[in-house]
Amino acid sequence: MFGYEFYVDTSRCIGCQACLKACEECDTHRGVSMINFDYLDRPNTIETAAFVCFHCEEPTCAMVCPADAIKKGEDGIVQSSLKPRCIACSNCVLACPFGIPKIVPQYEQMVKCDMCYDRTSVGKKPMCATVCPSQALAYLPSSEVAALRREKPVNQIRIGNEIVRTKVFMMVPREGADEISLDAADYMWEGDGDETRTLAAR
Amino acid sequence: MAKPPASLAELQELYGPHPNYTPIGGWQDLPRNPADRLVKTHCCFCGQQCGIQLKVRDNHVVGFEPWEEFPFNKGKLCPKGVKRYLQSNHPDRLLDPLMRTSNGFRKAGWDEALDFTVRRLQEIQAKYGKDSVAVFGGASLISEKSYLMGKFARVGLGTRHIDYNGRLCMVSAGVAYKLAFHVDRSPIQWEEIARADVIFVIGANIGECYPITTDYIWRAKDRGAKLILADPRMTPISRNADIYLPLRPGTDLVLLMGMLHVVLRDGLEDRTFIAEHTTGFEAVAESVNEYDPRSVAERTGVPPETIERAARLFATAPTGVAMHSRGLEHQSKGVENVLALINLTLATGKIGRPGCGCTMITGQGNGQGGREHGQKCDQLPGQRQLTDPAAREHVAKVWGISPDELPQPGYSAQEIMNAIHAGEIKALLCTCFNPVVSLPNAEFTREALNKLEFFGSIDFFLSETAQHADVVLAGSLQEEEEGVVCSGEGRVLHIQKAVDPPGNARPDSEIICDIARRLGKGKYFPYRSTREIFDELREASRGGVADYYGITWEKIDKQMGVFWPCPDLDHPGTPNLFDGGVSFHHDGKCRFVVTEWRESGDPVGPDFPVYLTTGRVVSQFLSGAQTRRIGALLDQYPEPRVEIHPRLAERHGIVDRDWVTVTTKRAEITLRALVVKTIRPDTVFIPYHWAGRKSANMLTHRTIDPRSKIPEFKVSACRIAKAGRAPEGEA
Repeated sequence: MFGYEFYVDTSRCIGCQACLKACEECDTHRGVSMINFDYLDRPNTIETAAFVCFHCEEPTCAMVCPADAIKKGEDGIVQSSLKPRCIACSNCVLACPFGIPKIVPQYEQMVKCDMCYDRTSVGKKPMCATVCPSQALAYLPSSEVAALRREKPVNQIRIGNEIVRTKVFMMVPREGADEISLDAADYMWEGDGDETRTLAAR
Repeated sequence: MAKPPASLAELQELYGPHPNYTPIGGWQDLPRNPADRLVKTHCCFCGQQCGIQLKVRDNHVVGFEPWEEFPFNKGKLCPKGVKRYLQSNHPDRLLDPLMRTSNGFRKAGWDEALDFTVRRLQEIQAKYGKDSVAVFGGASLISEKSYLMGKFARVGLGTRHIDYNGRLCMVSAGVAYKLAFHVDRSPIQWEEIARADVIFVIGANIGECYPITTDYIWRAKDRGAKLILADPRMTPISRNADIYLPLRPGTDLVLLMGMLHVVLRDGLEDRTFIAEHTTGFEAVAESVNEYDPRSVAERTGVPPETIERAARLFATAPTGVAMHSRGLEHQSKGVENVLALINLTLATGKIGRPGCGCTMITGQGNGQGGREHGQKCDQLPGQRQLTDPAAREHVAKVWGISPDELPQPGYSAQEIMNAIHAGEIKALLCTCFNPVVSLPNAEFTREALNKLEFFGSIDFFLSETAQHADVVLAGSLQEEEEGVVCSGEGRVLHIQKAVDPPGNARPDSEIICDIARRLGKGKYFPYRSTREIFDELREASRGGVADYYGITWEKIDKQMGVFWPCPDLDHPGTPNLFDGGVSFHHDGKCRFVVTEWRESGDPVGPDFPVYLTTGRVVSQFLSGAQTRRIGALLDQYPEPRVEIHPRLAERHGIVDRDWVTVTTKRAEITLRALVVKTIRPDTVFIPYHWAGRKSANMLTHRTIDPRSKIPEFKVSACRIAKAGRAPEGEA
């Protein structure tokens, strides 16, 4: 849908798993959910997170595929593996920095979130973002997000020395950095010899 | 003697619950056989009543599609809504009436089952009197059916004992709101939540029990609103709370009176609003004198500074909404608790303006509509009081009887069960209610049912309660009859019929009317359709508090719901009740009502030093009769676990997943531990959706609020111990 983007805001997730259950119900998924859902650390917190595929600009899953079975469309959506090519080798499963692709044993194939191509191509929102009751997964015009949300969207994620640019946006505090890293070292100052500016300083 | 005719295991083998995982024909069948129509209707699981489209093919519900145009939820759903369609085409579905045999049940024809039912009811009433028969209804019934249940009990059977499972849900709120405002409905539409500057949630697990409401709160927070949350557990929305008040179970009243104390001490009350729109303020102000933050902290376990901050934040925000559900209400002082929250809201002038109000969150599907039209023991249609001569005259006229023929108010749900146990009530006709799982002290309930001389049940699955029945009449699901429901907002909605009942199962309304005919009361039940029942309901409610006269099915479709009261056909409905601060009392004033502390019916002490509180999980609904039969929902939370703080767990040598025995004065049950820091260390929590030895209500007690008659599910005293071994049948 033109002008619409996908936004993930884990801070709004209430752990209900409507996304996971609804994903199974898509005609093309036939009972297999493509949502990654987790309790972050249930003994210590109620916090949960639900993710779809981030749809990287340069998808690692496709780059490591020995069978050239993973394609990214012109719309920026990274598709499930092509059935005639996929050898279910799990390279993509191991390589994805976000843990998204899955081998589905009964299909002998890697499948993953394709952002509901069957729905978005006919003007509907992806299923998970339609049902999510708490705005943790949302498919919205970017103007609406800028106007209504208290957080800001970011789609650059730092992993080691690499910055991964993704089609899907993560919501972060409005005063925060313009990219995300989960590595404390990325926020440290390590003396004058360090040429890179820290994330915290940006 | 209505003892189950076979063991639980034998009955479960035949009748379930068995989990249903796949749509009819399996997953692979769907793309090849697309649905032939989409039916716009509403979810049956919870009082939010979200709009949903059911996919239908060949008289089967085969899936769902979000309904994004429906304004309340805009396509959003929780997992119960997503998977609700799997209750259709279910292998456990009762397709024929069942008659008890010496070792189980056998299928029967309708004539045999209904004639037997009527003969037994007549024999028992002839022998013991009209009131020896009781009727149980349920709030998940569409409003036409719940209206019919009240009329059937009073006109068909002539008994005064009719009550419903909403007695376990909305009655404390109902009594309190009637005292304060003379109406039992949320004063506001949900959109006011998104307009609030502060939202105070007490005793409501919104993320799990009303997931869609989260969207309204998050939208308010996007505008800068603050969230105050009071709960013994950190529920999912706690991660975004600005102030968290981790109160001890059963001390809500103290906390709320303490907050009002701070408001008045600091002069933060709205003097103008109090003077112009309320009565009774001085007495309430005096009643909170002693409730200083320090002493309130000692009793509630909430730090004094947090109480002060919360009170000041709520009072000083320009607009605010206070929300509550069963945590506040499931107490032997549930009515007081709600009144105390209303007092706080009135004192701060947060009523009758945009973004303002206190509001109850209705729990059951049609939990609002199901309590408006006469299946409560003390009410007639339109929220009329059964003791009011004018109300009796109006309804008697609509029903074509003399007001003298209308019975007086009867017992509430728990009192009916007590009277069955005591031998005063001999027969029971029950639908849409699973008291074996949902009433407190399950063993007492089981004993009571065993004593019945006749027990007839209308059910679509053989629930744990229906296992006790002499005859089970195979009834219908929500999607099998057309009618209306009313959501927690007070918005009347249209339930579309998606499919016919399968096999020889029949619509509930037909079954009730058929029994009435066989009782010789057919002329009072001449309906050919639920539309005719609705039209009579409109007349019966006309001029009452819950006035439906101006609501038609067509108007609901056109407006996407109509808020009552709606007194005439040109009336658009009433989304907010108290615009300008004018209540439904004759003088238009809101009432402050003095609240008084009293101890729980099962206080903690040396032998039972730990608080036990019960509630729901997001993937299950009420007694689980439906949701324990849906595979994806069962898998999400397969069995009840005891939530224990690590500090308490450590004292008893318990680690996560250990078997733990929880003991109260009633019983003990053994469940696996869920050791988490998200609950007070002096409290354990067990969800109540399961039966038998997994039933939290084995442990709870029968103390009821004297006014609302709601049982005290949220406060029991227990002790815990690491179990030596797994319960029988568990690895």
